[in-house]
Amino acid sequence: MRALAADHAPGLRVRLAAHGLDGVTLLVVPAALFVLGLFIYPFAYGFWLSFNPKAGGVLANYGRFFSDAYLYGTIATTLWLALPVTLLNLALAVPIAFRVRLMRRQRLLTTILVIPITLGTVLVAEGLLNYLGPQGWFNRTLLWLGLVSSPVRLINNYWGVFLSLLITGFPFTFLLTLSYLTGIDPALENAAATLGAKPAQRFRHIFLPLLLPGLAITFCLSFVQAFSVFPSAVLVGAPAGPTRVISIAAYQAAFEEYDYSMASAVAIVMGLVQLGIVAAVLGARGLLYRGPAGGGKG
Amino acid sequence: MIRGKSLSERLWAAAVWSLIGFFILNLFGLIATVVTSSFATRWLGTWLPAGWTTRWYTAAWTEFQLDDVMVVTFQIVFLVVALSGLIGVPAAYAMARRDFPGKRLVMLLFLLPLLVPPITFGIPLATVLYRTGLAGSMSGVVIANLVPTVPFVILVMIPFIEQVDPRIEAAARVFGAGTFQLFRHVLLPILAPGVLAALLLVLVRTIAMFELTFLTAGPTSQTLVVALYYAVFAAGVRSVQSIDAMAVIYMVTTLVWLVIALRFVNPTQIVARAKQQPAE
Repeated sequence: MRALAADHAPGLRVRLAAHGLDGVTLLVVPAALFVLGLFIYPFAYGFWLSFNPKAGGVLANYGRFFSDAYLYGTIATTLWLALPVTLLNLALAVPIAFRVRLMRRQRLLTTILVIPITLGTVLVAEGLLNYLGPQGWFNRTLLWLGLVSSPVRLINNYWGVFLSLLITGFPFTFLLTLSYLTGIDPALENAAATLGAKPAQRFRHIFLPLLLPGLAITFCLSFVQAFSVFPSAVLVGAPAGPTRVISIAAYQAAFEEYDYSMASAVAIVMGLVQLGIVAAVLGARGLLYRGPAGGGKG
Repeated sequence: MIRGKSLSERLWAAAVWSLIGFFILNLFGLIATVVTSSFATRWLGTWLPAGWTTRWYTAAWTEFQLDDVMVVTFQIVFLVVALSGLIGVPAAYAMARRDFPGKRLVMLLFLLPLLVPPITFGIPLATVLYRTGLAGSMSGVVIANLVPTVPFVILVMIPFIEQVDPRIEAAARVFGAGTFQLFRHVLLPILAPGVLAALLLVLVRTIAMFELTFLTAGPTSQTLVVALYYAVFAAGVRSVQSIDAMAVIYMVTTLVWLVIALRFVNPTQIVARAKQQPAE
């Protein structure tokens, strides 16, 4: 309609172009339609489907979810994994990023850290089964060093999943933190140092305020990844018990009970929990300084 | 650059470095375990296996029908790469060059599939794809994988395109270039490195994309990582070494592309866009 009208009225075309709407803008349409059709629509459909249960009233799925401990318990189980791992990843990433920032040959380290992200959770889980197992090198080393008297049980329980999330999640958190940190103009630190600020003061008064908004985003992205843990919770965890995370509940509803309506309800609950945590963190971020952190384009 | 000299600062630096060292040591230990096991004849209760063999590789290749799996994997991956480039790059160009009403909303639309984890949107997406009969086939897997990769290409390309001075295009226009000529002789050469980098990142991510493929794949559309998951999941049926051999094949497949990708991109770009580092 718009293009048709524009043909007859050049004035309109000029006016639209003044608002940034012309042929080039239309290039965004296929991608936008694609995301609308395959991301927004499925979510909307899943939302609608979750209120049309196989049996019972409109809220039957949600009623079942929040009355069955086997189902609602997965929220706490997943949070109990995802929150500590994310906080630990951030706590490790910040000091390490500060150190690596000064490094000349950063690329080697960042390359090594990208490896576990690239390999993905399935391979890390498979490796951990061997490596952390009772006969694995990790336990052998602990025994050899005399740190433990019998092998520590690290797989098929909470710790297996925790460590797998640490191995894939830490590099992700670290690389995000590093990219935010290197976006801060070193001239700001140099200026503070010239004026006599000690390293701790430079961190407290220069870096931290500039870095916190970035750390908030990093926390959200890392948390959401950890919260949706799936393959490692099945492979190195105890999927029937301590690591029965919410994605397992959703998967079982969809592909074992073939109850897509229930599965959608679980997926919606999962999304809402993630959204809740992210909204809380981003809401707090809104209170922080968000200005330029360097010269030129950040 | 400011480096600390005092004792406490050196101790702190040493602590940080030993943390990094410990992490990398365990990472390599994990990878080395899989590789060692895949070449082991028998490995029970010792530091190293009793003997070495390569037979697990042929065993795994036939047992898991890896030639089929490899063909399917690369068909899916290259389709995803090509389609996400075709849909994503033009959209990134529009987003970088035009300020239109609702741009922030469109940006949010492209950010969402990257922020929401695959398993969360994968379940409703798989439901829709099963209802339309697309899931279980290769096209379903490709469509599902495109959902995060199209926005990924857009977000990687926007800053890249923004860096290109619009006056270069204006100059080409002044000298009488048409839209196609502008694209062919000006934009394509300038944007090629960025497009290549974005697509290589998509390739690496798609090979390793487990969740979406897992939720939408049928028996004939499994990629390598999904086949590996099923092999580990059903461990006990098959020997550990055979599964480890398959894991090594998967590792090599992924890492080869990672090495190629890293010739063109900064490793931090795999997770985020980083400020240009000073040359090493």
